[in-house]
Amino acid sequence: MKVKLQTKNLNVWYGNAQVVRDFTIKIPEKRITAIIGPSGCGKSTFLKSLNRMVELVPGARVSGEVLLDGKNIYDQDVDDTEIRWKIGMVFQKPNPFPKSIYENVAYGPRIHGIAEGERLKHLVEESLKKAALWEEVKDRLNISAFELSGGQQQRLCIARTLAVNPEVILMDEPCSALDPIATTKIEDLIFDLKRNYTIVIVTHNLQQAARVSDYTAFMYLGKLIEYGRTEEIFERPKNKQTQDYVMGRFG
Amino acid sequence: MKLETRRKLSEELEDLKSKTIKMSSLAAAAVERAVRSLARRNVGLAKRVIKEDDKIDALELEIENKCMHLIALQQPMAKDLRIIGSCLKIITDLERVGDRAADIANITVELAGRPLVKPLVDIPRMAELAVGMLRDAMRAFKEENSLLAWGLGERDDEVDRLAHQVTRELFSYLVEDPRKTSDAFRLMLVASFLERIADHATNIGERVIYMERGERVKIN
Repeated sequence: MKVKLQTKNLNVWYGNAQVVRDFTIKIPEKRITAIIGPSGCGKSTFLKSLNRMVELVPGARVSGEVLLDGKNIYDQDVDDTEIRWKIGMVFQKPNPFPKSIYENVAYGPRIHGIAEGERLKHLVEESLKKAALWEEVKDRLNISAFELSGGQQQRLCIARTLAVNPEVILMDEPCSALDPIATTKIEDLIFDLKRNYTIVIVTHNLQQAARVSDYTAFMYLGKLIEYGRTEEIFERPKNKQTQDYVMGRFG
Repeated sequence: MKLETRRKLSEELEDLKSKTIKMSSLAAAAVERAVRSLARRNVGLAKRVIKEDDKIDALELEIENKCMHLIALQQPMAKDLRIIGSCLKIITDLERVGDRAADIANITVELAGRPLVKPLVDIPRMAELAVGMLRDAMRAFKEENSLLAWGLGERDDEVDRLAHQVTRELFSYLVEDPRKTSDAFRLMLVASFLERIADHATNIGERVIYMERGERVKIN
């Protein structure tokens, strides 16, 4: 299996506080990798360090390497905007722009100069289809994104990410603000997206990690404690801390 | 420290384990009584074994329901999940042990009023070994003792050896006097039932190792 994204001895600090510690992991291509761990263990920071979004946090400092197809994204010659385009991100709370549905999806490709005119229209349609939203919005593309339900807004955000043709999609608790039905739709979508994209998902919902992911990493106090095939982590973890956490007996 | 929200699951798992142990005690006692009923030609005792098999079956259903509820309501993971999965498999073995005991008891009833084709020596010995294995498998289950479970493999070999010996011996009786064919065949069946019971005990031992360590092994 091809490794798409890899970290080597990754450390992240916010001021003096070290949040990610010596984190080394290989993330396989076109698979879903879940990052689990208790609140405050550094999951979201780790995720943000995978596309350099962490650099937008004041006082953040990173050491070590994050390799996308073998190339360190923190190298001086790498453009951080381009990296965030190749490695997209979907957040916990749906955060559409205060624009129409169409403009939300068209915005990225337009500013990146990927498409315009008819091609852009086609790209918006394709992206909405890939995000399983097209059928629900095709007749009202010009209404405000805020008129959509929470689940639809989240799928719109996924469509927005897909529109700039990323290779990796990072998802930070993408369903935590959604009801079970909207959650199921997003999970189905994540599962479909795996065919074309490498996905890393941070989740507090262990059942979600168990349902959707191929690989699971358990993180605690900034460190990678255990990483393996999802069924192994949830059925027969090797580490005592992992076992206590997945059994809900962490304390 | 155990979290409050998981305490209920821990208590439920303890209850699940004790119910499974109770089922095994019923099954082991059924085998002992069935073989005793055969050795002592006690039809009354045999009929009791047959009747009481219903209790084992009812307990199997109760435990299975409990497992399904725990899976649906508690979403168990890791060792919790392995305990439940193991119980689900173990109760199937135990239910079959109960069935074999009832089968032996039925043979006691069928042979009523006729002398046995041979004195029973190896069959009670086999029963003792098989029931001992079953009790130790369940002790391993209770104590989560994989080492004890591992030891069952060798003891199963001994039961197999005895089963083979009984069959060979009965076959010679059968050749000597074909009128004894039907009764000799019944005793052969008893030996094969006891051999199966030892196999069930070995299966339980394998479940215990999976439950404790998450490893799939064949101990025989």
